[in-house]
Amino acid sequence: MPHLPFIIAAYAVTLAGLGGLVIWSLLRLRRAERALGGED
Amino acid sequence: MAAPDLHALANPLRFQRFATVLTPWLLLPGLGLLGIGLWRGLFLAPPDYLQGDMVRIMYVHVPAAWFALGGYLGMAIAALSALVWKHPLAALSVRAIAPVGAMFAAICLITGSIWGKPSWGTWWVWDGRLTSMLVLFLLYLGVIALIHLHEDRARGLKMAGFLAIVGTINLPIIKFSVEWWNTLHQPASIRVSGSSIHPEMLAPLMLSALGFLLLFAALVLIRMRTLIAEQRLDMRALRRAARAG
Amino acid sequence: MSLFGKLIRRDLSLMAARPGEWLMPLAFFLLVALLLPFAIGPEPGLLARLAPGILWVGALLASLIPVSTLFAIDSADGTLDQLLVRGVAAETLAAARLIALWLGFGLPLLLAAPVASLMLGYPFGALRHLLPGLLAGALGLSALAIVAGSVTLGARGGAGLVALLVIPLAIPLLLFGSSPAEPGALGLAVATALLLAAVAPFAAGAALRASRG
Repeated sequence: MPHLPFIIAAYAVTLAGLGGLVIWSLLRLRRAERALGGED
Repeated sequence: MAAPDLHALANPLRFQRFATVLTPWLLLPGLGLLGIGLWRGLFLAPPDYLQGDMVRIMYVHVPAAWFALGGYLGMAIAALSALVWKHPLAALSVRAIAPVGAMFAAICLITGSIWGKPSWGTWWVWDGRLTSMLVLFLLYLGVIALIHLHEDRARGLKMAGFLAIVGTINLPIIKFSVEWWNTLHQPASIRVSGSSIHPEMLAPLMLSALGFLLLFAALVLIRMRTLIAEQRLDMRALRRAARAG
Repeated sequence: MSLFGKLIRRDLSLMAARPGEWLMPLAFFLLVALLLPFAIGPEPGLLARLAPGILWVGALLASLIPVSTLFAIDSADGTLDQLLVRGVAAETLAAARLIALWLGFGLPLLLAAPVASLMLGYPFGALRHLLPGLLAGALGLSALAIVAGSVTLGARGGAGLVALLVIPLAIPLLLFGSSPAEPGALGLAVATALLLAAVAPFAAGAALRASRG
């Protein structure tokens, strides 16, 4: 496929951005709910 | 006027339970639809008449643009309902949405830049739509900055909300002014051939867009749950300090 | 005189008592116009062609200077609270501040623009067409200033935060105002400035009320 590196780069940026955001958000949620679940 | 369900959700605890149940139903289908859409876009969809295979970047670039814009409007609506109806979770949702929308805007800008490079030879063109998205990204950064730079958290949320509303009112003007400016100088532009999109390109675009939408919603719910939990942690710490003091 | 008029007069007399307040933006504007030839090169044709943009960027940057103290002083010494408690609407206060700022910033700007044009080799004949746009621009920039000033009360971040808030919102003004040769540009600049001036007092008023809570 012509221009494949560009297409891959665009898809990679998207998946890295979205995936990173999902992972970061879930980690932060787990940290907060764990701290909370301790004693409430 | 206000949906009764909304007020039932106003209770943070009830919202948290509702959001916890709903999250996997948004996150997993979202990832799945995005995956299918991008797979089809990358391998099955036809190349464009003018742009060739580069048009496949559309399947990530365009939905990111739609929901970057939609996210900002959502923030403004949330800020407005915080202002008018004093819905307790509305102000918090401004903070929940902001980084998600900003990320979508950044993805739109970066993929747009990558799209432009082989076509126009440069990493950036002052295309009307890209430039408007850049301004939108800056507007997101302003909201995020206001949320974090205010000493008083609650006040920062309110101020960020006002900025989101003012920004939304300005969005059509910004879009119009950038397009107007563009037609004066006629630089390069990113366009898909023809005004109607090939039907075999429509399906992966819609699948990808639906995936983006569900992921946006899932991320906002996850962030809301996090912010509510952190709020409760703060209040617990305050109660402890009050008892000790 | 109406309350509104009295508030404007009060703001203007405060500005007159503290000449630094309106002299600093003026000086900054001239410094920017002076700075850019050093950076770009003294080629006369180039400078003259870039002059509208340079003047507008200078005006925009200069308008950021008064923002952080716009409401901070009155908020700190309790004047803001007093006025609000006495029943003055926050929106009225903000609108009066907007007009006073426009006069205190816009009028000196009109006087400084010819001086800057001189340094850039921009012909006065062309400047004549730029000035109404600059005056309208000063109104729009003042509107953005009162929004930014009220919304950043109590926030860290100083000039950088103010720039981040104002610059994206000022883009339309900048685009319309710095293209005086284009038909309809002046009308668009004026319309944008008026819209901003109409909306700003409400946003700023709400922010002023929120900053007391």
